[in-house]
Amino acid sequence: MLEIRGLDVYYGAVHALKGVSVRVEQGEVVTLIGANGAGKTSLLRAISGLVKPRAGSLKFEGRELGGMEPHDIVKLGLSHAPEGRQIFANMSVHENLELGAYLRKDSRGVHDDQERIFTLFPRLREREKQGAGTLSGGEQQMLAIGRALMSRPRLLLLDEPSLGLAPILVREIFKTIREINQDGMTVLLVEQNAHLALKAANRGYVLETGTVKFEDEASRLASNEEVRKAYLGG
Amino acid sequence: MKRLTPGTILAALAFAALLGADFYAPRLINPYVYQILWLCGINVILASSLNLVNGFTGQFSIGHAGFMALGGYVSAAIAVFAGHALGGVPAWLFLVSLLSGGLVAALAGLLVGLPSLRLRGDYLAIVTLGFGEIIRTLILNVDAVGGARGFTDIPILRLLLSGASEPTPSLSIVSCTAFLSVLIIYRMIHSPRGRAFVAVREDEVAAEALGIDTTRTKVTAFVVGAFFAGLAGGLFAHTTGYLNPSSFQFMKSIEIMVMVVLGGMGSLTGSVLAAVLLTVLPEALRAAQGYRMVLYSALLIVLMLARPQGMFGSTELRLPWARKGPGKP
Repeated sequence: MLEIRGLDVYYGAVHALKGVSVRVEQGEVVTLIGANGAGKTSLLRAISGLVKPRAGSLKFEGRELGGMEPHDIVKLGLSHAPEGRQIFANMSVHENLELGAYLRKDSRGVHDDQERIFTLFPRLREREKQGAGTLSGGEQQMLAIGRALMSRPRLLLLDEPSLGLAPILVREIFKTIREINQDGMTVLLVEQNAHLALKAANRGYVLETGTVKFEDEASRLASNEEVRKAYLGG
Repeated sequence: MKRLTPGTILAALAFAALLGADFYAPRLINPYVYQILWLCGINVILASSLNLVNGFTGQFSIGHAGFMALGGYVSAAIAVFAGHALGGVPAWLFLVSLLSGGLVAALAGLLVGLPSLRLRGDYLAIVTLGFGEIIRTLILNVDAVGGARGFTDIPILRLLLSGASEPTPSLSIVSCTAFLSVLIIYRMIHSPRGRAFVAVREDEVAAEALGIDTTRTKVTAFVVGAFFAGLAGGLFAHTTGYLNPSSFQFMKSIEIMVMVVLGGMGSLTGSVLAAVLLTVLPEALRAAQGYRMVLYSALLIVLMLARPQGMFGSTELRLPWARKGPGKP
């Protein structure tokens, strides 16, 4: 579904990704783990067009994404819930979700999808008319995921959904990610919480200073000696 | 069919009252107050349209007077030259000239906006500042529209159905155009797709990631803003009957921006009220004579200190019984 080969990304003179190759198949949950600054977020930003790669290829369902504008990439069926959530704080929950469906014209389908998201995240239903900035961190994360789902993507990119959340909320979010996946959604998940991410994913990649260090089945990565030492606390 | 809400009825009544202004206003008020009223109408259009760009979409344009000048001169030139050819200025010619003024300003907005709105931040401010000055200097050097002497004998939009021979400009047309302009901008912002304007202001990256073409959204806001500024310029030309390039200096753009900031970036109610307030205030302070502008500036400073977010912030004035509209949490 998504095929990345030899991707090079620079921020000015900083070489953030050095020849990264990643593959995501239909129906999978694939996770990218690694320390701060390893290039996980850069990779997601490159996929959704927010940074332009200098070299390498990015193919989504056979189409080359390199050089496309982010809003055109969304049209292809790729949706990105960015790091730090980036919800529209001055708008209501409902308006945020509505903006997630910005490209869609089927108002009936949009309404149904909003209902589906409220079923996934019942707390959002309670807060539908509330300003998104007044939500708790966990609720904002739910909203960011919900908003990303509103464009009815085929591939969902999630950047650090556990960032800054209480453990109980993190578990809730991960449970929902698995539910979304069971409904047929393909997910590319960037996480620092390697433990949870490897539990939720089918396959995983370990990024280190801009290169792929390991690539394997999630369960095998979780038992890999080096990965355990570096990312799972022994 | 939309249900008749109290708000709709009230808006219709207000519109009817404005439309009837030509029948009762000249009888009730003296020409001086009358002139202030039509200036209020023009400033309402200018402030609301600039708010779409600076307030709702979060860009920073400081060349609104340039678009106003362009619209004013185009509208005036069409009415004067076509009027000569036709031997008079029929009502439809006013419509054509006013719309042309707006459209030429919108076209200029497109030409200025397309390259500069791709970039972020202060870039647009510099470009629009330059644009405003270029327009003014160009007009100064076109002799056909009077150059530095000013453009005189512009046909006046007369009172509706008055039959009077005195060249009193029509308050109905100015105020109804202002009303419709605000209504159109309001409907634009509160349409489902119009929410993109505010999304761009709030977080351009997030907006882009949701599939919003941010450049296109910004250019749209800018072009629509320019159109209404041009329209306001045309109304200004056909009410005063005289245009001078010095009326469209940089300070005019600043004046409009002050209205937007004072009313509240992102509040059309604020823009309307601030435009009226800042048109009336300098006149009301005439009693203070030499200290007039000192007092005016002092009042502005006090207002901004008391309410840095502007009179209305980013909220609209709502009728207590009206249901919560879109756009409000």
